[in-house]
Amino acid sequence: MPTSRIDTRFAKVKAEGRAALVAYMMAGDPDLESSYQALCALRDNGADAIELGAPFTDPMADGPAIQKAALRALANKTSLSDVLALAKRFREDDQETPLIMMGYANPVHKMGYEAFAAAAADAGIDGTILVDLPPEEDQPIRDAYAAHDLSVIRLATPTTDEARMAKVADGASGFLYYVAVAGVTGAGSADPEEIRSGVEMAQRVSGLPVCVGFGIKTGEQAVAMAKIADGVVVGSAFVEQARLASVAKTPQVTAEKMGQLALELSTALSGGVPAK
Amino acid sequence: MELRNTWDQWPDENGRFGEFGGRYVAETLMPLILDLETEYRAAKQDPAFAAQMDDLWAHYVGRPSPLYFAERLTEHFGAAKIYLKRDELNHTGAHKINNCLGQVLLAMRMGKTRIIAETGAGQHGVATATVCARFGLKCVVFMGETDVERQKPNVFRMKLLGAEIVPVSSGTGTLKDAMNEALRDWVTNVHDTFYCIGTAAGPHPYPELVRDFQSVIGKEARAQILEREGRLPDAVMACIGGGSNAIGLFHPFIEDEDVRLIGVEASGHGIETGQHAAALNGGAPGILHGNKTYLLQTDDGQIIDAHSISAGLDYPGIGPEHSFLRDTGRAEYLTCTDEEALEAFQLCTRLEGIIPALEPSHALARVGEVAEDLGKDGMMILNMCGRGDKDVFSVAEALGVEI
Repeated sequence: MPTSRIDTRFAKVKAEGRAALVAYMMAGDPDLESSYQALCALRDNGADAIELGAPFTDPMADGPAIQKAALRALANKTSLSDVLALAKRFREDDQETPLIMMGYANPVHKMGYEAFAAAAADAGIDGTILVDLPPEEDQPIRDAYAAHDLSVIRLATPTTDEARMAKVADGASGFLYYVAVAGVTGAGSADPEEIRSGVEMAQRVSGLPVCVGFGIKTGEQAVAMAKIADGVVVGSAFVEQARLASVAKTPQVTAEKMGQLALELSTALSGGVPAK
Repeated sequence: MELRNTWDQWPDENGRFGEFGGRYVAETLMPLILDLETEYRAAKQDPAFAAQMDDLWAHYVGRPSPLYFAERLTEHFGAAKIYLKRDELNHTGAHKINNCLGQVLLAMRMGKTRIIAETGAGQHGVATATVCARFGLKCVVFMGETDVERQKPNVFRMKLLGAEIVPVSSGTGTLKDAMNEALRDWVTNVHDTFYCIGTAAGPHPYPELVRDFQSVIGKEARAQILEREGRLPDAVMACIGGGSNAIGLFHPFIEDEDVRLIGVEASGHGIETGQHAAALNGGAPGILHGNKTYLLQTDDGQIIDAHSISAGLDYPGIGPEHSFLRDTGRAEYLTCTDEEALEAFQLCTRLEGIIPALEPSHALARVGEVAEDLGKDGMMILNMCGRGDKDVFSVAEALGVEI
């Protein structure tokens, strides 16, 4: 496999001696144009990689913030093809920022794993996190991805023991998403010290960068988590900006607000030096 | 696909029934369901577990339930003999308690002290709350907001039994959202909580263990009919929502290839209207709630809300073993509209003096056609999986009667 955008980016971040900021946003929330502007704003304000949420009606691993974001995106009729088109538009003038699509298996299964893999690669997507496709069930999609150099990014948790971690790591690429707390997205944050050994074990067993997410909302929390991980994932806090913009019927401010939050977080992670 | 010679060897070691089933859950849930599988295998081998189940079935639930020859229904259709398996006579009024007892005993073996459940009509919630009261366990029931409103008597029953009801407003506030919410709670409270799923769906091993606990229905029916008629029936029939009562009836007959297995799905206002709950007849294979199975979904893979007059059938998916039995042709799946179910509800009530729940009324609506198809010498068993006391208000409303 040629060196992927994800590998290149994590190598660069590591060389800079800091942890990566991985930002999550829901495609189509509050609308696709705002999402495009938001993608650019996240990149311009120091997000090292972006997880682009694909909406699903029944997001069983997500808390209320991301569930509602998905329903807003679906109310706008955001389809899986729209999500890919959004990625493709972003990729027109950005060849470096890793884009990871995050969602649930059913819409991808419905499109067909082969057809999805070809379309995702064409759109410049670098990999996916399909929450309800654990290692036991993702062989068909790994086969489909192999021809397109797409990464299968897997989840690990504090309850993942070493034997299980080997299974999680087998076939995974890009990075590992370490779910810091037992629960759903947007829940309370974890104490970095409590998960330190789990993250170290994940790094050692997988040989991949490990990004920690779930419950990280502020620069302070991000900095604390960055001490033990290769990257931090912030999701619900970005999604909240889209919600506020949507409620205020000012979708155009979504990008500006998400950009401000990204800048706060990336600055904190760079030891106080603003991005760019 | 691995070749298997017998129908009852499914699921395979990956929890699959052919291409259906599996463990489509987030990694956060994986250790839990792997644990549950290990514990279930151990319980299955343990004679003490079986003995405890048998004792509770006999003295707490009231099993075996009778197999009743429905003489006047048979006369009415003038064709095959119709037997009713009377699971509506169980404690709490439906087949649901068969499974709840099994799962709660399993939870106690695992040292769990808090039981969570999802419910639509409230029957599974009531059964779970009942068993939790019996064993002094904390019980939390997730129920869609709209169902809480529609099913007030069952909500009150559950509260009397000491359960906490959590109205679910996320998504569309229906049974599928209650299930999402229960899964979220389970992930968050892993250390002390057991998720008691109400139907033969969800991630492996749930479809298997719910089927096994509900198979008491078919085992009894098989022995009862052999004693009564000296031969196996030509057909066994049941309604299908998630499909737990049907798989419980079907499974002990699954190797008897001359016995037709007939499920009846709820087609609501009609499949062509899009307002129905017939996943097999009007859906497509997909992935939801931990398993691959037939689902009501859009062309873009988003889940569509089900509709049925019967809240117990109002679910956009179906247990994975039914998807497998459909695709292999071992079982047949018919449909029944709201209107047809209401007619069958009244017919059974007047002819047999048995008020059926709206769920088995769906199967009753197709019984005449099947009886005719089997002919005068034929014989069949229909599972009367619940009683209709809970439905009298919604039936009155549907018939335009004020009570």
